[in-house]
Amino acid sequence: MEHRSSVDIYTEWDIVAARQLGRNEAKKSGFGTVDQARITTAISELARNIYLYAEEGKIEITNVIEDGLIGIRIIATDSGPGIPDVRRVMEDGFSTSGGLGAGIPGVKRLMDEFKIETELGVGTLVTAIKWLR
Amino acid sequence: MNKQMVKGINQNVDEIIGRWQLSMREEQDERFFQFMPSDLVDKTSRVFAELMTSNIAESDVVNREKLNEFTERVVRFGWSIKFVNKAIDNFSDIVFQILEAKEIITNDNLRAYLDIYTNWIPPLRESIIEAYSTEYERTIDLQKIALQELSASLIPVFDKISVMPLVGTIDTERAKLIMENLLEGVVKQQAEVVLLDITGVPVVDTMVAHHIIQAADAVRLIGAKCMLVGIRPEIAQTIVTLGIHLHEFTTTSTLQRGMQEALMLTNRKIVEVDKE
Repeated sequence: MEHRSSVDIYTEWDIVAARQLGRNEAKKSGFGTVDQARITTAISELARNIYLYAEEGKIEITNVIEDGLIGIRIIATDSGPGIPDVRRVMEDGFSTSGGLGAGIPGVKRLMDEFKIETELGVGTLVTAIKWLR
Repeated sequence: MNKQMVKGINQNVDEIIGRWQLSMREEQDERFFQFMPSDLVDKTSRVFAELMTSNIAESDVVNREKLNEFTERVVRFGWSIKFVNKAIDNFSDIVFQILEAKEIITNDNLRAYLDIYTNWIPPLRESIIEAYSTEYERTIDLQKIALQELSASLIPVFDKISVMPLVGTIDTERAKLIMENLLEGVVKQQAEVVLLDITGVPVVDTMVAHHIIQAADAVRLIGAKCMLVGIRPEIAQTIVTLGIHLHEFTTTSTLQRGMQEALMLTNRKIVEVDKE
């Protein structure tokens, strides 16, 4: 059974709404507090990237069951400017906004699976999964 | 035509109110008609019908005074805006049905009725929406102010030691406020050590960490030391995973331990005294 819910990101407060949703879903799926914090933080990073760079987009949270494993999938989509050099974004400490530059590589470490697809002028799609152990 | 309509409504007011109440009772999520004592519902309905009828303009001009009276009193009923909207809709629908049945509205004067309707219902609706939205905006503004007052205050605890407890989500606006209050407070309170307590911050992501690091840097520039306290175990783990380096300032798990460190830094300690 797939349960899917989403939050549109337009303002800074939508980031809070998105991670609240993520926290609730993670709790329902049985994740512990540490993993809940990881999932919430990952959503926070992805949602903030949408807000900062693409101005609007969507965070989708789905429960997944695969090969008997239970997990949570976060999908972040936007139709923003896209990322010119994905490899650099994946490096620690790279930031165009004066931030810490730990967001995207951080999300990859916080989650178990991570995929980023981007095209200049079209948008960015990030998919990340955390499995329950 | 206007007078005829008013007369027609007044003659059939009981039937109109009866049918209107029936239609409103079907509205879900509205407690008013389900839990109120029936005499009160009756009274309120009559007032509502009266107010509605009194707003049928005698000429083409909308009577502002009556409109304001309507809005003021209806807002005081405490209904939800959706419910008020429905109430106005249902009322005008029922009036039309009944007046048509009584042949006060006929095919010949339908056009005239439409003119009356345009001067009757839309102004009421607009006025109600305006009143409600002003009220909502006022509430939100007040809450914003209240939240800001709560949001970041630097509290002097001991001589040279101050604490800033942070509770809730940190957004850009609040981060700015934290920085300002922190720097102003440090100077004013002549603090040497400041403890930033993040026990109440639900999520520490890179942005929050960035703001904290910046605040600590600024505090150092004005000659004080910033300590980060109240780091919960799960927050510690996410900070490490994110790859955020906080080793430039002292961090502790609880405010209590932070306080001990702060006292040590200022060459003091708390001692128990013997009871005499």
